[in-house]
Amino acid sequence: MSVSEIELKGLKKSFGPTEVIRGIDLSVVKGERHAIIGPNGAGKSTLFGLVSGLLKPTSGAIMLKGQDITPLPPHLINRRGLSRSFQVTNIFHRMSVWENVRCGVLWSIGQRYRFWRDVDSSPEANERTERILTDFNLIDRKDVLAGVLTYAEQRALEIAITVAGGADVILLDEPTAGMSRHETDRAVDLIRKVSEGRTLMIVEHDMSVIFGLADRISVLVYGAIIATGTPDQIRNDPKVKEAYLGQEAH
Amino acid sequence: MTGDVVKASMASERGFFPTELFARWGVWVALAALLLVLPLVFKSGTALTMMSLMGIAIVFALSYNMLLGQTGMLSFGHAVYYGLGAYLVVHAINIVTAQRLPIPLPLMPLIGGLSGLFFGILFGWVSTKRSGTAFAMISLGLAELVGSSSLILRGFFGGEEGVTTNRAKLLRVFDWNFGPQIQVYYLIAFWCLLCMYLMYKITRTPLGRMCNATRDNAERVQFVGYNPQVVRFLAFCLSGFFAGIAGGLAAINFEIANSALFSAVQSGNVLLATFIGGAGFFFGPVIGAVLVSYLQVMLSDLTEVWQLYFGLMFIAVVMFAPQGLAGLIMMHATLVKRGTLMKVLPSYLVSFIPALAMTAGLILIIEMLFRISVKEGEALVIRPLGLNMPPTSPVLWGVALVLLIGGGFLFRMTWPMVSNAWGRATSEGAAA
Repeated sequence: MSVSEIELKGLKKSFGPTEVIRGIDLSVVKGERHAIIGPNGAGKSTLFGLVSGLLKPTSGAIMLKGQDITPLPPHLINRRGLSRSFQVTNIFHRMSVWENVRCGVLWSIGQRYRFWRDVDSSPEANERTERILTDFNLIDRKDVLAGVLTYAEQRALEIAITVAGGADVILLDEPTAGMSRHETDRAVDLIRKVSEGRTLMIVEHDMSVIFGLADRISVLVYGAIIATGTPDQIRNDPKVKEAYLGQEAH
Repeated sequence: MTGDVVKASMASERGFFPTELFARWGVWVALAALLLVLPLVFKSGTALTMMSLMGIAIVFALSYNMLLGQTGMLSFGHAVYYGLGAYLVVHAINIVTAQRLPIPLPLMPLIGGLSGLFFGILFGWVSTKRSGTAFAMISLGLAELVGSSSLILRGFFGGEEGVTTNRAKLLRVFDWNFGPQIQVYYLIAFWCLLCMYLMYKITRTPLGRMCNATRDNAERVQFVGYNPQVVRFLAFCLSGFFAGIAGGLAAINFEIANSALFSAVQSGNVLLATFIGGAGFFFGPVIGAVLVSYLQVMLSDLTEVWQLYFGLMFIAVVMFAPQGLAGLIMMHATLVKRGTLMKVLPSYLVSFIPALAMTAGLILIIEMLFRISVKEGEALVIRPLGLNMPPTSPVLWGVALVLLIGGGFLFRMTWPMVSNAWGRATSEGAAA
């Protein structure tokens, strides 16, 4: 029996009278790459909002590493080792690329809210920032303001900030949205690399990305999971074909 | 590979130790020297008073920018911490004098700072739970609250007259009693430099960076482990501390604290100074504070409607230079670095003349209307030009309209030259 890193128990979320998440039970195993797919409006981003603490569920519970995180605000969930990226690029526009990534590093190395020590005096922060920027091919752009990066670079920076704090559970919300084929391939290589040894939950529209990357896939349709399994199982699942893949991929 | 390059460049920096030392301290040493020498150059009483006011305004505006520019918090009630700092320093000086305590005057601004910090913690606890418009509204409410309390709680605030003090009766240091303005100037200059240095250093700490991050994107801050409410609260407390020091300096300078310290004008001026100087740059509020203090003293001597010009200037900055004067300076610094500044200067000169004419026409009209409507037709006197005419004079109106309309027309005609020159200067610089 493997250990669950994330466990969702009877998770429901309503906005007013509209029930967007209708009771999800899901277990993401430590070290796996778990993809969530589903048609537009299925509730994928809402699900990520719930797991990361941005939204509070109407009912149900969210467990991270065996502990209940349902009532916690996002920053406390983040400190327990869960980090997420956003579908719409969510970076610090008026700060340099370097500062963006270093902001992602600071809390995890214990810098907290210090206002009596120069941020440059932490070699650990600088070394980690430099390593991440090198991994993400952004080191040559480190002094550029994040707001003027190209779209693909901003997407890379988005993920760089997400993994900068060394979280062992990573949630990526459509990391390749809006990218060209070539950019997508590079991004997938990057995601594969940074999720090595961590637990990854990823929402993605691009089927080739999903089937190449994921260990397991859950299919979300109208706020409920209709199937969970390996890429092969999902590809051959008649329910999935009917609900989702039938219209798009095959 | 890139890591090696970075390490190599760091090593070479260490090799040039004096250069690094200069880069770190050069600006501050130069500033200290400037503050030291200024009263030797500008010796008049007016100049000393004005420079003292500027020093106070710099600390106040920089403290305000810890909120506005650094953390993205628009406060309409920053005078609260300035005013409370001033009141507590006035009371402290009176107590120290009465009890003959061995505390010299130069330490008093610290009491202002601690008062500002205390009330920053108290009021910040309430107001920083919200951001954006809600925060701005709460700050306005708190300013009203403290402002009206200052008239009601007469024991502490002294009612309409306020509380006075005498700064010259404390324990002497170096045989200075801080009676003469020059000694007060140096006291203010010392604290001004110290506060500037500390506030600059704070921008370069983990909290300082997270303040910027909260300004840019408070949502994302939560997902890198920080609580944006705590970031805002700490920024607010520190800002209150420095505002309190500025208030303490004002108390020492004026030897009085009264309810005018809490007025909306006070809170508004610091916003104007910060914005005109440029909230996006650390040194922006310094420029703004110096300029606004200067204009307040000089313009109010020249014309009674100086606040109108002040407002027009603010509107002009908001509309045409939203980055403030510091933004304009930085734009041109880039050109200097690229060596293309000469490409824009000639067009500036051409455009400057009609702009000047247009402004002169506008000022004439404002002054004439002011005299006709408020001053019962009092004559318009401009001594340097030997002008003394009634504000209803058709000649004067004719000149004013020609200046305004003609200048405006020519300005519109010549402005494309400036923007073309600017385009060339930036593109050629980029290509080079």
